[in-house]
Amino acid sequence: MTHLEEPVAAKPAHHAPAIVDPVVAAREAEARQKRITSALLYLDGVHVSFDGFHAINNLSLVLAPGEMRAIIGPNGAGKTTMMDIITGKTRPDEGDVYFDGIHDLTLLDETQIATLGIGRKFQKPTVFESQTVWDNLLLALNVDHRVRGTLFWRNTREQTERIGKVLETIRLTDSRHRLAGNLSHGQKQWLEIGMLLAQDPKLLLVDEPVAGMTDVETHQTAELLKEINRDHKTVVVVEHDMTFVRELGVKVTCLHEGTVLAEGTIDQVSTNDRVVEVYLGR
Amino acid sequence: MTPHILTRSLDRSATIFLLIVAAVGVLLPLSNLALPADSMFQVPTYLLALFGKYVCYAILALSIDLIWGYCGILSLGHGAFFALGGYAMGMYLMRQIGPRGVYGNPILPDFMVFLNYSKLPWYWYGFDMFWFAAAMVLIVPGLLAFGFGWLTFRSRVSGVYLSIITQAMTYALLLAFFRNDFGFGGNNGLTDFKDILGFNVQAEGTRAALFALSCLALMLGFLICRAVVTSKLGKVLIAIRDSESRTRFLGYRVESYKLFVFTLSACMAGVAGALYVPQVGIINPGEFAPANSIEAVIWVAVGGRGTLIGAALGAVVVNYAKTVFTSGALAPYWLFMLGALFILVTLLLPKGIVGTFNAWWEPWRAKRDTANEDSAAAEDGVSKPRPAE
Repeated sequence: MTHLEEPVAAKPAHHAPAIVDPVVAAREAEARQKRITSALLYLDGVHVSFDGFHAINNLSLVLAPGEMRAIIGPNGAGKTTMMDIITGKTRPDEGDVYFDGIHDLTLLDETQIATLGIGRKFQKPTVFESQTVWDNLLLALNVDHRVRGTLFWRNTREQTERIGKVLETIRLTDSRHRLAGNLSHGQKQWLEIGMLLAQDPKLLLVDEPVAGMTDVETHQTAELLKEINRDHKTVVVVEHDMTFVRELGVKVTCLHEGTVLAEGTIDQVSTNDRVVEVYLGR
Repeated sequence: MTPHILTRSLDRSATIFLLIVAAVGVLLPLSNLALPADSMFQVPTYLLALFGKYVCYAILALSIDLIWGYCGILSLGHGAFFALGGYAMGMYLMRQIGPRGVYGNPILPDFMVFLNYSKLPWYWYGFDMFWFAAAMVLIVPGLLAFGFGWLTFRSRVSGVYLSIITQAMTYALLLAFFRNDFGFGGNNGLTDFKDILGFNVQAEGTRAALFALSCLALMLGFLICRAVVTSKLGKVLIAIRDSESRTRFLGYRVESYKLFVFTLSACMAGVAGALYVPQVGIINPGEFAPANSIEAVIWVAVGGRGTLIGAALGAVVVNYAKTVFTSGALAPYWLFMLGALFILVTLLLPKGIVGTFNAWWEPWRAKRDTANEDSAAAEDGVSKPRPAE
């Protein structure tokens, strides 16, 4: 593993310090000196089991900064569980999960991890249905997320412009005053991607972004994700839709029974004998 | 900052609500004091006291709506905070009796003499001063809510489990306050009040002033709630209500938000209780009864959850019905009627009175606004009328 990188640059001010626990702080200080890895996301030897069922089995995955990775795999392969581990929803029984080479994600909770700059889009679109598109994006914006900050929050031109930019990117400018619950399924998926953009994370975890979308929408979503990736964001996309994955044109990791089965280009992976066996049955 | 919060939180219906409460708060006491007793416009003192009770209930309902309607925290023990505020005020009123009690002890309230207390328990110190008691009206419910919330929200207790624990909390307090050795008068509670700030609590002028103060507190509580729910914090609260885990993944510390709003709500309930006690003249452990808290939740459901105005309206309407129906031949059936009311509202008016009214009124208003905006070349889709849910 490469190490001895430059110490990480100071985080932007709006990422409030997420570490409070002295144990965590000490461990991070140690990690900072060593800087375990140059990878943005580093999973090694991760195990998770639920009541004896091994959802994740010796999973290892390394993502370079700025990389986009597609994760495929049959149902129950552990794709969503992997995302749960990265975002702090599930704690692994064993293994290392490091973000940016210094943050041990197994010690942090969802809020702390989100504040570090990991954003997540869920499989089922989860937007705040009783609020407007604009308010959804405002909530996602990575400004002060503490109680006092939101109580005395005031709109600024900079925030309006950022939201306006996101609205343009996700093509919802005309719908900005509509309730999110009244959007079409595809629009909700896009709004959720927009919320990710407003969060401005370093790492985006996108779970089945094109489920239920038309072909045109699928194509547009692929373009959108590629555009996001061009802005030097690291993206992990979990998807079943092979046409979509092919269109992304990025490195593909195939999971099966909680472990990595194959890794490579879509052509390499889709011709891999074991992948074919897993997908088509033995 | 302040004018900004005011303009944001006062829409048309909020302004109308405040004006109505202000008018009631001024006109009723005036008519009671200034008009001759035989005038048909004179509000008799017993009615003023009754309405004063409703206004206190409205403040309690407002505090429940703030956490239930906007943050999804269903507290079935909010009566506990109301009663604690009431007890704090009651303790002040007891200390004001002084040597005028039945036993004539200048320090010890009657029940302590009766129960052979040799000296005043330490937790009664300071309650002879009004400012101290007034501070305790906020601090005691606030602290309990903070401690309770800190433990429950941090361990992510929510939904029906939280509701059950709040019931247990108010029931535990009920049992504790029933005990004679707890030092709060046991099952008789605190009563026989004489003075408040040197004014006779029975006097018509004092009653009128207390009524006006209750209306003022209702207006203030409403303004605070509006300021909270129309701020960005209010949007976060609604986000928590609708999808708690999603809010967490956006980087919000959900438990801090819940703790803030729960504590604020408990303080408001405490104020409501403190204003209630001098007007009804007694506070006893019965106020901690779990059924009281559930009833308060029904007021909010009837009036319209998540509307604030509906909560206040529901409290007044349901309690007026209670007064009417419990004083006639139907008295034994009131609880059945209350239960039926809750079921009917849930089935027929799931959004409550105000929520249903809004759902009926909003599309109409939106259509009118669109008509106005169309001439001004509004953008597409922005101002289209929202389909009714």
